[in-house]
Amino acid sequence: MKKLESSLKNMALVLTGVTVIAGALLGYVNELTKGPIAEANAKALSDAIALVVPGFDNNPAETPETIELEGTTYKIYKATKGGEFIGAAVESSANGFGGALNVLVGFDKEGNIIDYSLLSHAETPGLGSKAADWFKKDQKGDITGKNPGKAALIVNKDGGDVDAITASTITTRAFLKAVNNAYAAYSGQNVDSTSGATQQVSAEPAEEVKMCENDSTKVCTGQCGHHHE
Amino acid sequence: MNNFKILMNGIIKENPTFVLLLGMCPTLGTTSSAINGMGMGLATMAVLICSNIVISCIKNIVPDMVRIPSFIVVIASLVTILQMVMQAFVPDLYATLGLFIPLIVVNCLILGRAEAFAAKNGPVASMLDGLGMGLGFTIALTVLGGVREFLGTGKLFDVAIMPEEYGMLVFVLAPGAFIALGYLIAIVNKLRKA
Repeated sequence: MKKLESSLKNMALVLTGVTVIAGALLGYVNELTKGPIAEANAKALSDAIALVVPGFDNNPAETPETIELEGTTYKIYKATKGGEFIGAAVESSANGFGGALNVLVGFDKEGNIIDYSLLSHAETPGLGSKAADWFKKDQKGDITGKNPGKAALIVNKDGGDVDAITASTITTRAFLKAVNNAYAAYSGQNVDSTSGATQQVSAEPAEEVKMCENDSTKVCTGQCGHHHE
Repeated sequence: MNNFKILMNGIIKENPTFVLLLGMCPTLGTTSSAINGMGMGLATMAVLICSNIVISCIKNIVPDMVRIPSFIVVIASLVTILQMVMQAFVPDLYATLGLFIPLIVVNCLILGRAEAFAAKNGPVASMLDGLGMGLGFTIALTVLGGVREFLGTGKLFDVAIMPEEYGMLVFVLAPGAFIALGYLIAIVNKLRKA
């Protein structure tokens, strides 16, 4: 078959054809995967709740309570055992180094942190992404058992007592802000911490990566950029 | 060129990372550990094989002057489909690799092979080229990730080999990627000429 000539008509037809087919295909796959994705997300959420507030016998994922603080909505999943309140998992987020950082924090009745789970994030792999384990029990930045109501969690670089993730202070600040805010939502009062991450940094690295498409000579470091302050 | 040669071409003679120096952005960005490098390599290989096949099938009905936008639409659609399918059916794998998937669209290796090979050859040869190039890319990224992970944290595939205190953090950061890649390219060049 001979190659089509680059006439205006041919080009318009082919480009339209290619995009229409691609669009239709994407729509079809989206329709096909929508259900399974929602199911997978729901399962991930209920697994995360079971991890951060263990020992409940109700179904917290089904009845979230929403609380609004300073324009942000927090979801609170209350855990009960035998009808008695034993704690709650709070979904909170903050702007990290690479974008929104969503975290689920479990508190017991007194407001002590039981455990946490990083629901989604866009931090640098190998650096900020360590937040998934860094603050767990017996790790370097252990926050379990602490009560943000008595003293807000602050990173050691800002005079607090939580060890920052190596070379990822911005991620650490964002994470602790999310945890402090989660406690604020949980206790229903405002203990807004001073350890907020710089909001402006978040969007830039991803943009840089997008800009260097199709250019093998230009090396892009946006993704692996400067995590130090 | 016979089929075996096409396959080996991408792995050794024209290794995309060490010889062609294609796709440097994801190479440097995602190789902070061996497993990350390997994940990126495998995901890229999947897209590369599919895009090479599709593009070699449609090469005659796409006029030359609009081939780049058409190819980009094909590649971006494939990446999006891969992302949705992974998210739906292998959520655990998606949780590890999800960050890297959109980066595949901007990988010039894929467009480069579409232009240099798939647009001139048949579907079977193009598939083999995609497989070879993808394997070469995966091997290169795994090696680079392994070197950086070992020098930076003392681990390899998350298994501790030496205490973490001896690790040089710079190798996990961006400058270390350049240093490690430079030395690896030099070593590969030396071996190729020998």
